[in-house]
Amino acid sequence: MTIELTAKRPNWFSRLANPGQFLAWSKGFVWPLVIITGLLFIAGLYYAFFDSPPDYQMGETVRIMYIHVPNAWLSQFVYGVMAVASIGTLVWRHPLADVTAKSAAPLGAVFTGLALFSGSLWGRPTWGTFWEWDGRMTSTLILFLIYLGIIALWRAFEDQGRAGRIIAIFTLVGALDIPVVKFSVDWWNTLHQPASVLTMSGEHVAPAILIPLLVMTLAFTLLFATLLVVRMRTEILKRRAETLERQAAASIAG
Amino acid sequence: MDLGPHAAFIIWAYVGVTLGVVGLIAYAIIDARRTRTRLAALEARGIRRRSAGGKP
Repeated sequence: MTIELTAKRPNWFSRLANPGQFLAWSKGFVWPLVIITGLLFIAGLYYAFFDSPPDYQMGETVRIMYIHVPNAWLSQFVYGVMAVASIGTLVWRHPLADVTAKSAAPLGAVFTGLALFSGSLWGRPTWGTFWEWDGRMTSTLILFLIYLGIIALWRAFEDQGRAGRIIAIFTLVGALDIPVVKFSVDWWNTLHQPASVLTMSGEHVAPAILIPLLVMTLAFTLLFATLLVVRMRTEILKRRAETLERQAAASIAG
Repeated sequence: MDLGPHAAFIIWAYVGVTLGVVGLIAYAIIDARRTRTRLAALEARGIRRRSAGGKP
């Protein structure tokens, strides 16, 4: 009788879940992502400043939209990524899920902060005010505070595995704010205009303004993807270093 | 290029967003380098992952 000793090759999901495998395959993605993101920013900024007309209502301040809209989109998209990763942590205990959630949080916080900042600089000349406590702005400010809370929680726990599960629950509860941000412009009377790019009746933006908007949104989204991969790689290596330090401390003590 | 009467708002919006993005990139690079140095220092002391030596 012979015993089959060759292990079955793990499926793609298991390979994806393995931090060591992730370090290996993600390495080749970093530089191509950096180059594509850089080229998209060059194209986006060219369109934004040299190949788009002033808006008939907003005038030249429409150029602020080319950085405000991508950051506002990312403020919600990054949280979506964190919410999906949280489900991965709670349901599958996927080892990369909490690495993803932890790495994305500071990125989401900065993008949300920049959306609020660029929005207020657009609001002053257009609405006559830097800030208004209306549905869209208030719910985005709450989203920003949720991001800060999540970052603080990651720093509060020493055991990152346990932290991952607790923060995953907090993240999913916080996800209730996302539909509020999204639909606030429809639910309440607000200074903020309703959706104009992704609507059921098609987009309501002239192509000369839509093109820079889409190119810049793609550039910022790829910037997020690039930074997420780099931060995830760093987080995995950090955890390795912590394990080695514990291992070294234990060998000295024991 | 004439950015009109509200040029200051446009310029400050772009300056602020650029600082935020550059800050994120710098933070990612510095943190990655610091972590690699930390791991290299541990390995230089002969501390390696158990799995690196090959599991029985």
